[in-house]
Amino acid sequence: MYDVAIIGAGITGMSIARELSKYDLKVCVLEKEVDIAMGTTKANSAIVHAGFDAKPGTLKAKLNAKANSMFDQLSKDLDFHFRRNGSLVLCFDEKDMDHLRDLMEQGIQNGVPDLVILDKAAVLAMEPNLSEDVVAALYAPTGGIVCPYEMAIGMAENAYENGVEFFFENTVLDIQKLNNGYALITDKNTFKSKLVVNAAGVYSDKMNNFVSSSKLSIIPRRGEYCVFDKEVGSYVDKTIFQLPTKLGKGVLVTPTVDGNLLIGPNAVDIDDKDDLTTTRIGLDEILRKASLSIKKMPSHAIIASFTGLRARTEADDFIIGEVPDAKGFINAAGIESPGLTCAPFIGAMVKEFIVEMLHPLEKSNFNPLRKGIHHFLEMTNEERKALIKQDPAYGKIVCRCETVSEGEILSAIHRPLGATTLDGIKRRTRAGSGRCQAGFCMTRVLDILSRELEIKRTEVTKFGGESKLLVGKNKQDV
Amino acid sequence: MQEYDLVVIGGGPAGLAAAVAAKEQGIENILILEREAKLGGILNQCIHNGFGLHVFKEELTGPEYAYRFINMIEDKFIRYKTETMVIDLSKDKLITAVNKTDGIFTIQAKAVILAMGCRERPRGALNIPGARCSGIFTAGTAQKFVNIEGMMPGKSIVILGSGDIGLIMARRMTLEGAHVKAVVELMPYSAGLTRNIVQCLDDYDIPLKLNHTVTNIVGKDRLEGVYIAPVDENRNPIPNEEEYIPCDTLLLSVGLLPENELSKKATVKLSPLTGGAEVDEGRETNVDGIFACGNVLHVHDLVDHVTEESYIAGNAAARYLKGLQKQSKKIEVKAKDGARYVVPKFISPENIETDLELSFRVRDIYKDHYVSVYFDETRVAHQKKKILTPGEMQTVKVTAEMLNAHTHCNEISIQVEKE
Repeated sequence: MYDVAIIGAGITGMSIARELSKYDLKVCVLEKEVDIAMGTTKANSAIVHAGFDAKPGTLKAKLNAKANSMFDQLSKDLDFHFRRNGSLVLCFDEKDMDHLRDLMEQGIQNGVPDLVILDKAAVLAMEPNLSEDVVAALYAPTGGIVCPYEMAIGMAENAYENGVEFFFENTVLDIQKLNNGYALITDKNTFKSKLVVNAAGVYSDKMNNFVSSSKLSIIPRRGEYCVFDKEVGSYVDKTIFQLPTKLGKGVLVTPTVDGNLLIGPNAVDIDDKDDLTTTRIGLDEILRKASLSIKKMPSHAIIASFTGLRARTEADDFIIGEVPDAKGFINAAGIESPGLTCAPFIGAMVKEFIVEMLHPLEKSNFNPLRKGIHHFLEMTNEERKALIKQDPAYGKIVCRCETVSEGEILSAIHRPLGATTLDGIKRRTRAGSGRCQAGFCMTRVLDILSRELEIKRTEVTKFGGESKLLVGKNKQDV
Repeated sequence: MQEYDLVVIGGGPAGLAAAVAAKEQGIENILILEREAKLGGILNQCIHNGFGLHVFKEELTGPEYAYRFINMIEDKFIRYKTETMVIDLSKDKLITAVNKTDGIFTIQAKAVILAMGCRERPRGALNIPGARCSGIFTAGTAQKFVNIEGMMPGKSIVILGSGDIGLIMARRMTLEGAHVKAVVELMPYSAGLTRNIVQCLDDYDIPLKLNHTVTNIVGKDRLEGVYIAPVDENRNPIPNEEEYIPCDTLLLSVGLLPENELSKKATVKLSPLTGGAEVDEGRETNVDGIFACGNVLHVHDLVDHVTEESYIAGNAAARYLKGLQKQSKKIEVKAKDGARYVVPKFISPENIETDLELSFRVRDIYKDHYVSVYFDETRVAHQKKKILTPGEMQTVKVTAEMLNAHTHCNEISIQVEKE
C-alpha cells in the first residue's frame, strides 16, 4: 500500500513528487509513457511567465507571480537551465494602448513586480530586430525561459533519489475505491494507495471521472511551434508576446535557454488527445503571425516543428484540490499555461493538502540537490581536460551540432531514471536536437543505447512503444 | 602546444587528396584530423561503384577509392589522428581539438585546409507537416545503417528528393529487400546524375514523380504512410490532388549543406549561394593561409571532382607555405543570368601559370544553350551545350592567354546564353 500514487510524470506530477519526497511517505508515480516529460511538458513555449496574463481572482493569477519567484533557487538546487530574460508585450496600434495599460494594471494586481510600459524608441533600443510597427510595449523584467523537460527530469531524479518509486509504461485503465484508499489498475499491474494525485495532463478528466460523479472535461488544444537554428538564436533576447486584440491572442517569438529561437503557438481545439501532428495551415499561421513582431522572419533557419497539447478546461482555470465526492483523490488538472511556471507552487500546494491528511514526518535526510549531466559544450577547456582525464568518454564527440560527448550520453543512460530511447537521450543531452536533427548522431546514439541497455538494435526506439528505428537485417526478406 | 606547417581538417576524400598534394610539393610537417575511427569520410558508406573514372580511369567503389588515398597517406608517412573532433579554429590558425587519449589539445598551424564535407538537410528544413513518428531518415543516415551496420531501417519506402544519395538509396533498399514505392521530386527535373536515374530507378521500375512533394506524414509510433501531391508552377501543392502512399519509411534526400561551423569561427567569409567559403583560384579563403576544398566549399556531384579540387588546394597551400604566392590584384568572377554560382570567386592572374577551370551550376534546365565567358564586356569563350541541368556541375576553361590578354579586366563572368 502506497501513501500517495501520482498519475503522470509531467512537470506537475514531478513537482508534487519532489515535494512529497521531503516527507516520510511511500510515494509512487505511474506514467503511461516510457519516460518523464512525454506529454505537454515536452512541447510548450518553455516560458516562465511574469504573471500579468491571468484574470485576477483565478488560481492562475494567484499562483503565477509567486511561482515565478521560486525559479532562481529551484534551478540552482536542481541544476536546470533557467534565464530571467524578461518579456515584452508588443502593442501595434495607438488605439490599443488602453488595453496595454489594463494589462499592466492586471499584472500589478497579480503581484507582478517592476512592470513598465516602454515607448517605441525604448522598445527598439532594447530589441533592435523588432518590427518598426511597434508603438509601445509592456516590459516585465521577471519573465523568464526554462527548459521544461530538463526541469521535470531534474525534479524526477531528485524525487527518485529521495525515495519516490517510478513505474513507466503503466497506463491507468481504472481506479477503484477501497475502504482505505484506491486501487489503480494499469495495463501491467495494480497499485494500491491511500491517496491519489491526478496529474495526468490531457487525460486528467478520464482519471477524475473514474472516481467522481462531478465529471471533468479536458479539451486538448493544439499549439504548433517552429524551432530555429542557433545561428538566429539571439535574434531577440526577450520573450516577445503580442497584445491580444480582436483578431486573437497572437504568437510569441522567444529565445530558448538552449540558444535556439522559438515561435508559436496557435490554438486549435481538437478531439484526439494523442494527436501531435503539425499541420500546414498551423505552421503557416504561426509563421505569418510571428512575422508581425520582427523585422525579418529567418525562415531559412527552421530546423524542426512540433505540436503540443494544452489541457484546457471549460472553467479556464487550474483545478487543484481534493475531489468533493472522492475523499483522498486530489486533482491537479487543467494545468495549461501558465502551468509550467506554476508547477513548483502547485507541488507545494498539493503537498500541503497531503500533509494535512496524513501528517507525515519530515525526512531528516532529504537531499534537496540534484546535479545534472556535465555538458561538454558549456565547459571551459580546463574543465573539459579534467573531466576527460577522469573519464575518456567525454573526449569522444557523438553529436557534432551540439558538441555532445559520449560521456554525456552514458551519463544520461546510467543516471537514476536514465534514458532508454533516442528522444530520452536528446532531451537529457541535446544530442540530435541541433541543425542536422540527428542525421549525424542517430546511428551512434542507437548503437550506444543498444550496447549499454543490452538490447538488440532493432529494439531501440525513438520514444517507446512501436517507434522502432530498425526493422531487421539486410536481405532477410529477399 | 603542437606545431604543424599544414593541418587538414577532415580525412575524407577532400582532406586526403589535399594532404597528398601538399606532401608531393615538399611540405613535410602535415597532420590530418578526422572525427571518425577510420580515414575515408563518407566514401566508406558509399559501397556502390561509379567512383574514380576521371582520377583513376577505372570504376571503383567508394571504399576502394578511399583505400587508394589512404594507402598514399600511409606510403607518404603523412600523420593523422582519428576519432578526433576539432572544436575550435581561430583566424590565426590555432586549432583546438579533442579526443579520448589526448583530451583537449591545441595545434598552431601555418596553413589550414578545411575539408569537413557537408551534411544533409533534415525534415525541418522543409518544414513538412504531420506526425513526428519514427521511420523518417535522411538518405545518408539510412545508407549508414544499411551499408555499414547491415541493418534495414524499413521495408516499404518513399524517398523525397531525387538527389544522388536518394537515387542510390532507392536501388540499395531494393537490393536489400525493401519495396521502394516512389521517388518524389519537387522540381520538374532530378537533382541527380542522369546515369543514376537510369541505373537506380529505371532499371528497377521505381517511379520518379517529378513536380510532386510530400504534404503530410502519417503515423503514431512508426510511420504508416505519406501524402504526396503535385505542385503548381510556384512549387505549391495543388489542393485536392493528394495521394496517400502507405509506407513505413520516408527517406529524405533534399539537399546538402556545406558544414562550415569551424570556418565561421575562423572568420572565413561564406557565400550565400554555395554555403561554402569564397575562395580564389588556389581555394584560399579570405583568411590568410586558410584554404577550403571538397563539399565544405560547394557540393560536388563526383568524388573525382572533389579530388581534383583538393589537389589544387593542396598545391596552393604548399606554395603559400613556401612563400611563392604573390599578393596581387584579384579579379572577381561572377555567375550571371542562367549561371547560379561559380567557384572560384576570385582570380589572381599573376598566380596562374596554366589553364584554370571554373566550376559552376546553372539555375534551370537549358537545352541548346551557350556557356559564355566574359572579361568585362568582351566575350572570350562561347561554347554550345546540348543540355545543362542544375544537377550536373559544369566547368569552363579560362586559359593563361585569355588572362594575359585582359590584364586590366575588372570582372570575369559566366553566362548561359541562347545564342
